[in-house]
Amino acid sequence: MHGRPRRSPTPEENEDSAAKGAKLRALQKQFIEFHHSKTYTKEAIDVSTKLVELNPEYYTAWNYRKLAVEHLLTDQTDSEYIKSVLDEELRVVENALRSNFKSYGAWHHRKWVLNKGHSSADRELLLLKKFQKADARNFHAWNYRRFITALMNIPAEKELNYTTDMINDNFSNYSAWHNRSMLLSLLLNKKVAGFYPKETFLKEEYEFVRNALFTDPDDQSGWFYHLWLLDQTVKVDNLFVSSWPPNGSNICASDPLVLNQYAFPPGSASGFEGFPIILYFNEGVVGVNSSTVTVECEFTSDTNLVWIPVPANRSGYSTTWFTCLNFSMKDMLPSRHYRGKVSIALSEGIVSSSGVCYSRPFHIEFGVFVSSPVPKLREGLETQRIYWSGENFHATELHSEELDFVNRFCQLRTNGSDKLEKNDMNVDIIAEEISYFRELLAEMECKIGKLTLARLLMAHDALSSTSHDTYDQRTLPYKEILELYSDLMKMDPPHIHYYKDEYSLVFLKQELSDKESLLRYCYQYRDSSSPQNRSFASLRLNGLSLSRIGCIERLLWVQMLDLSENELRSIEGLEAMQLLCCLNLSKNKFSSFSSLEPLRQLKSLQVLDISYNEIGAHPIDTRRYLCTSPLSHTIGSDWKKTQQLGLSDVDISTYWDAFSIFKGANLTQLDIVGNPILDEKFKYFLRKLLPTMKWLDNEKSG
Amino acid sequence: MFRYSYLYTIKAHSLAVDFLPSACTTACDVPRPPPCPPVAACCRLSRNSLLAGNFVFYCIEMGELKAEKHVKYILTVEKKKDDFESVVMEHLRLNGAYWGLTTLDLLGKLNAVDQDEVIPWVMQCQHESGGFGGNIGHDPHLLYTLSAIQVLALFDKIEILDIDKVSNYIARLQNEDGSFAGDIWGEIDTRFSYIAICSLALLKRLDKIDVDKAVKYIVSCKNLDGGFGSTPGGESHSGQIFCCVGALAITGSLHHVDKDLLGWWLCERQVKSGGLNGRPEKLPDVCYSWWVLSSLIMIDRVHWIDKEKLIKFILDCQDTENGGISDRPDDAVDIFHTYFGVAGLSLLEYPGVKAIDPAYALPVDVVNRIFIGK
Ligand SMILES: [Zn+2]
Repeated sequence: MHGRPRRSPTPEENEDSAAKGAKLRALQKQFIEFHHSKTYTKEAIDVSTKLVELNPEYYTAWNYRKLAVEHLLTDQTDSEYIKSVLDEELRVVENALRSNFKSYGAWHHRKWVLNKGHSSADRELLLLKKFQKADARNFHAWNYRRFITALMNIPAEKELNYTTDMINDNFSNYSAWHNRSMLLSLLLNKKVAGFYPKETFLKEEYEFVRNALFTDPDDQSGWFYHLWLLDQTVKVDNLFVSSWPPNGSNICASDPLVLNQYAFPPGSASGFEGFPIILYFNEGVVGVNSSTVTVECEFTSDTNLVWIPVPANRSGYSTTWFTCLNFSMKDMLPSRHYRGKVSIALSEGIVSSSGVCYSRPFHIEFGVFVSSPVPKLREGLETQRIYWSGENFHATELHSEELDFVNRFCQLRTNGSDKLEKNDMNVDIIAEEISYFRELLAEMECKIGKLTLARLLMAHDALSSTSHDTYDQRTLPYKEILELYSDLMKMDPPHIHYYKDEYSLVFLKQELSDKESLLRYCYQYRDSSSPQNRSFASLRLNGLSLSRIGCIERLLWVQMLDLSENELRSIEGLEAMQLLCCLNLSKNKFSSFSSLEPLRQLKSLQVLDISYNEIGAHPIDTRRYLCTSPLSHTIGSDWKKTQQLGLSDVDISTYWDAFSIFKGANLTQLDIVGNPILDEKFKYFLRKLLPTMKWLDNEKSG
Repeated sequence: MFRYSYLYTIKAHSLAVDFLPSACTTACDVPRPPPCPPVAACCRLSRNSLLAGNFVFYCIEMGELKAEKHVKYILTVEKKKDDFESVVMEHLRLNGAYWGLTTLDLLGKLNAVDQDEVIPWVMQCQHESGGFGGNIGHDPHLLYTLSAIQVLALFDKIEILDIDKVSNYIARLQNEDGSFAGDIWGEIDTRFSYIAICSLALLKRLDKIDVDKAVKYIVSCKNLDGGFGSTPGGESHSGQIFCCVGALAITGSLHHVDKDLLGWWLCERQVKSGGLNGRPEKLPDVCYSWWVLSSLIMIDRVHWIDKEKLIKFILDCQDTENGGISDRPDDAVDIFHTYFGVAGLSLLEYPGVKAIDPAYALPVDVVNRIFIGK
């Protein structure tokens, strides 16, 4: 029982409880009889009154009272009488609320009475004032307040003042801050006078919430409000982030390091059948199609392009859009430079999930050439085993001028930098906030101070990079942010993994945004012992203690990615890397096949290492509802029938998650040793499910 | 000192505890839907050496789960009918049956109950309309309809229902804007959206409602802290968040959730004692082990809290003598918190407790049997 001490009752208490129980039972019995016989006499109604006052959660009695009111008011026109009946209901509700302030049934009954339109809403505001003084956090009362203010058409500005008063009275009132955020976003969206432009208003709000935060930094009431303000401040309308090919790049179409159709030629079961184009946005968008995006390329006349969202979910919104141009290398003249151009016109057609319309025209220009002579395609490349050992990774060649797309991805931050005054104002607001939080931290150690400062510095960085023409790379704040997160891990151990995840994202940003440091992770894979000399543009982020991956917008060029020996649990976002052929996730913390869901979207993936993870070790699957499955109704109930694999002798129900991830995959090599799920039965299942597979761990098949 | 003056030197001591009903019939401010996990996972478990290691840790570091005592407690409560507490709870006995029976199943003791007694009683709670009341003679409501379906699911007996009749009752409660009323009297709440969606999914009749509109309504209740309220504008609350995230999970719509923002809000529910609260600046309570944990699991952010500390908090709330679990250490136990304590331990992969599914609030083996087969 909530808040009731645990102790054995005395014999007297037992007796008392039994007597009270018998009395209540008799009352309930009597009530049920009246209810079932539809008796609405005064005596019968009085029984229900006693019952709801004694036990306001007895919902059937509230239903009965509504029936009784309707019965009493049938064909009544005398407004005095109607009012007296309804007033009695309000009185009973008030008494019931006194015995249980949280009774859903009582509150709803009150709304039901008010909706009849015969009661004074002013009186309700007075009552609410009394109730909200007694318990300022009661969410029933707040909900009822929103109901009444809507009924009375009280303007949002006035209710905003009410939250100001409540907060001035006691800032430790999350409910009031919440209501404030709702009212304010309404006013901002409607661009009500005094709340537009929002920058001036934001400044005042920062000061208001800062006062609360600094008075008692451990009180959470203002924490989330501050984060919301920050989110309002950094909101930019530039949706487009990056692309493949990157703007200004020169692509050698015949180099396997650039396009993998050489390694996996057109016509084979897997890989691209043409020249890929990827658009990456900072938010999920819809409306990418051949009328919103134009593609002009000198090396192909293919214009009827189909843009595919990656991943496709119910909403249709996606951060990554992909298409493929038909072209033939044979028809291209060596030494000639072919120009390509992708333009996003000024169009209302592309809209983000938060409702932002794409508003800035944008062009990506690139060149394509083939080397001379065009190398011949070789047969049977897939059978060669890929080894992730260090000697196969070569540092130098990726740095050559011809492969300048790596450099291009480093320069992303200068893309599309048309200066906006509004942004400068926001940068100033954040800069001021940063100095206040530095002051706070000079006074005292506190977790919200450090966390907020880290977030402010990130926001400042994000805004500065899009608004200042001369963005100074030397002022990058990442080192300071990383230190803040390190401190937080020590200060607040229960949430260590939250800070660790944030740390990983900042760390990746630091390592991948700067050319010098990015190149330290870039390699060319070339197995010199192999006669086929297969090669890939590789990125090695192994052994970095990463618990999360990010910065995907800078990695669209990667064909081979080594993430082994980290602490990853999921690879959310990796689906954007549509050029990926080889992926090493060995020695991480993946605990289920559902955590590998993005692999379903990587159609070029042929080599996968998931050895030494925790797949099969956990009874609770934390990705169960983030993947396609019958449980989330994201695949039809006929999922078992649709497969035409020769799997009749294996039980797909047991391995449905593995089935869902690997069905239709073109893997030629899978390393899975060191996961608890692995046994002979499962290996047999995998071999059946993946007919293209040549290597399962070290065993060569077929 | 800081440059500016403090406007808020006042921080009154607010009522930290949610104002509680004297009889505690509603338990917390929250809805009372339930959860559950898959068989296949359990089978794989047995050969997992990692877990064996954990088990040793749990036993040495903290008191262990008094499973047998809890089973005994639940069986006693089921039979007790005459003291004041039992009478006060009579109108939601069907919820109570779900809490008790699911707990028994999680502890591997569902067979201690005679289903030939339970099932006929459940069916007597059904009305002509197709909906179920909280007890025989009480009005039908979505709250109890879900519990009835869940109890039948535990016993693999859903087919004894007139499925179209029940699902039509539920579908009729959907409004034009996609929201759901709890019954004919029109109270609207995202709790009822969850219940309708969960029930119809278990009955395989989601096609009877407009799922897109239902999802749209839930999304309209999303707040600026990433959480969800009971109606548009309503404050975020862990119980309400469970309902909304659960409904979005079941309909494959979790892309509407800002997982990092909500995850931070949820993980900050863990207080110093290791327990979880339901809203900022409130006291911890065992029932939030369910609401907060299941939500964190559905959005894959459960590693952001300290699981060991939470296990300890739940175990500290056990009545080690007479069985049962309470909201906080040394408070009186009840069946509601016993269920949420055990379900929380299940989500924390406590050894010896069957896995529970975070969205359907039924054992994973039951949910897998229904949706995957076998
Ligand atoms: Zn509770």
